[in-house]
Amino acid sequence: MSWLKWTMAAVILPATVAAAQADEIKVATAGPITGPYAAFGEQMKRGADMAVKDINAKGGVLGKQLSLTLGDDACDPKQARNVANQLADGGVVFVDGHFCSGSSIPASAVYADNGILQISPASTNPALTDDAAQKGWINVFRVCGRDDQQGKVAGAYLAAHFKGKPIAIIDDKSTYGKGLADQTRETLNADGVKEVLNESVNAGDKDFSALVSKMKLAGVAAYFYGGYHTEAGLIARQAKEQGLNAVQIGGDALATDEYWSITGPAGEGNLMTFTPEPRNIPQAQAVVSEFKQAGYDPEGYTLFTYAAMQVFAEAADKAKSVKIDALSKVMHDTKFDTVLGTLGFDAKGDVIGLGYVVYVWHNGKRVELSPRSASLQ
Amino acid sequence: MNYLLQQLVNGIALGAIYGLIAIGYTMVYGIIGMINFAHGEIYMIGAFISLIAFMALGLAGISYVPLALLMVLLIAMVFTAAYGWAVERIAYRPLRGSFRLAPLISAIGMSIFLQNYVQLLQGARVKTLQPVVQGGIALTTGAFGVEVSYLQLFIVALTVVLMAVFTYVIAATPLGRAQRAVQQDAIMAALLGVDVDRTISLTFLLGASLAAVAGMMVLLYYGVIDFFIGFSAGIKAFTAAVLGGIGSLPGAMLGGLLIGLIEALWSGYASVEYKDVMVFLVLVLVLVLRPSGLFGRPEVEKV
Repeated sequence: MSWLKWTMAAVILPATVAAAQADEIKVATAGPITGPYAAFGEQMKRGADMAVKDINAKGGVLGKQLSLTLGDDACDPKQARNVANQLADGGVVFVDGHFCSGSSIPASAVYADNGILQISPASTNPALTDDAAQKGWINVFRVCGRDDQQGKVAGAYLAAHFKGKPIAIIDDKSTYGKGLADQTRETLNADGVKEVLNESVNAGDKDFSALVSKMKLAGVAAYFYGGYHTEAGLIARQAKEQGLNAVQIGGDALATDEYWSITGPAGEGNLMTFTPEPRNIPQAQAVVSEFKQAGYDPEGYTLFTYAAMQVFAEAADKAKSVKIDALSKVMHDTKFDTVLGTLGFDAKGDVIGLGYVVYVWHNGKRVELSPRSASLQ
Repeated sequence: MNYLLQQLVNGIALGAIYGLIAIGYTMVYGIIGMINFAHGEIYMIGAFISLIAFMALGLAGISYVPLALLMVLLIAMVFTAAYGWAVERIAYRPLRGSFRLAPLISAIGMSIFLQNYVQLLQGARVKTLQPVVQGGIALTTGAFGVEVSYLQLFIVALTVVLMAVFTYVIAATPLGRAQRAVQQDAIMAALLGVDVDRTISLTFLLGASLAAVAGMMVLLYYGVIDFFIGFSAGIKAFTAAVLGGIGSLPGAMLGGLLIGLIEALWSGYASVEYKDVMVFLVLVLVLVLRPSGLFGRPEVEKV
């Protein structure tokens, strides 16, 4: 009897899988759903959920509904690879992720092997697209800027405003943090300013008092921190406690209100670089109010994740396929209408048309620093 | 000179926190001869209960800080002790008399369970508390002012007091006598009328309330906690306990201080990047030269 059951199962099973594939397209978002950077995972989840909901309400992609899977990499490179393999096994054709550069890069190899389109909403390390281009992969894109652009803005700001004063550069040894710090240092040095102190900290540490004392001894007036908001916030808070009055400048990973909830008033006047506020882009207004009605303020990378999903939907409709060759070709020669405005992609898969500006933390809010108010500093 | 003083202050405060957690490890080890791998998680739960208690007191409108701190401390100790008791009941007691590794594995299981339990209940994001106790004393003024915050003083004082109290409890109270008896020979102690189960339960209760104190101090001092803090703190505190000689309360305190000082001084005079490397290098050296730790007594097999 049992052989009969197995044969029947063998016949029926592929049929049901094929049926499931026939009426829906599997997409995924992957990022730090758990762990210390879960605040960003939530931004991605919210953005992807809303985008899939909106796209499906408008009839889906290629006449099929999108079904969204959530992958949790906890910003751990090893786990990112496992998640990527799971998603590939599950028949996902597009991944909106990952968040951390250290996760996106190893995952992109898996996606390249399996012909899966990857658009990262947040990974800014240059190596993500540079390496992919070098290896001839056609599946890797991002809708955020690059750390060599971002580091230039931060480095130029430091050189312009703190020339002649002691500057320190700190990073957290992560792919993202170190890459960004290196770029900032390079720009700073090219402008003829030499930093007085370079340090690396351990992500996950809570006690930075020794580092703060060291910066105090060096009389640091401003320091760049390449890393994520948890450690950046703790350093700012402990600096205040020891009476170190130095301005902290960080990257886009500080773009969450959680930074201020850690620093409190100690965050006042600290700086960060980020793309011009996406929530102010005219094309984003309808979606922003949709988020706000659902009781969520789409901060940080929420709208980037939403835009990546839109890019995939438009590209698939235009290519009339979800095969990577067709998708990739369309991606390179189309201008996409997204919540971030009109976006295009260059030969490497980097986004065209998004720059970086400096923000200042003031009373718990991030305020864009226009060149005019910058001179008031 | 001032700079050295400031780094010593940093190191002693950090070391006192490690010591505070390490005392809990070492006490449980002293009685049942088992590393309680769930102790780091108990400390994390202590920190969360303290945070919840702070929020609740804030809502209740209690704004007199010393009273609020005392109430939070009591609430945290009571609830965390209940968790400690439950861990012993679930992961240790049913395996009493089983082979040596069984409770070790079940304690690791307990620690994974508690981590995920808090993550599901409280979310994976970091939780923050705005500074409750602020200010400090400027030891020196001038170009490089040395600052000692009230919290740092409080943490060091608290660790020393708790170490003294628990050393006294073990050396000179009926409970301590029972604990030492159980440690030396549980079967003989039972034959002589010591309630072994009760003694071990009480030890876990005490260990967990110590962890609650540590959790609250970390919450106050750093202001940021998440479900994962038990892991790294647990490893450092365990190292402190081993360094000082596991089973010895003054040893745990000393081991904690030593680690804190190595971290601060190495960060201050060499590089922050390699501080953990130095800590574990010193651990290796100490264990090579004195396998039972600084204050530990070597186990003597009587024939």
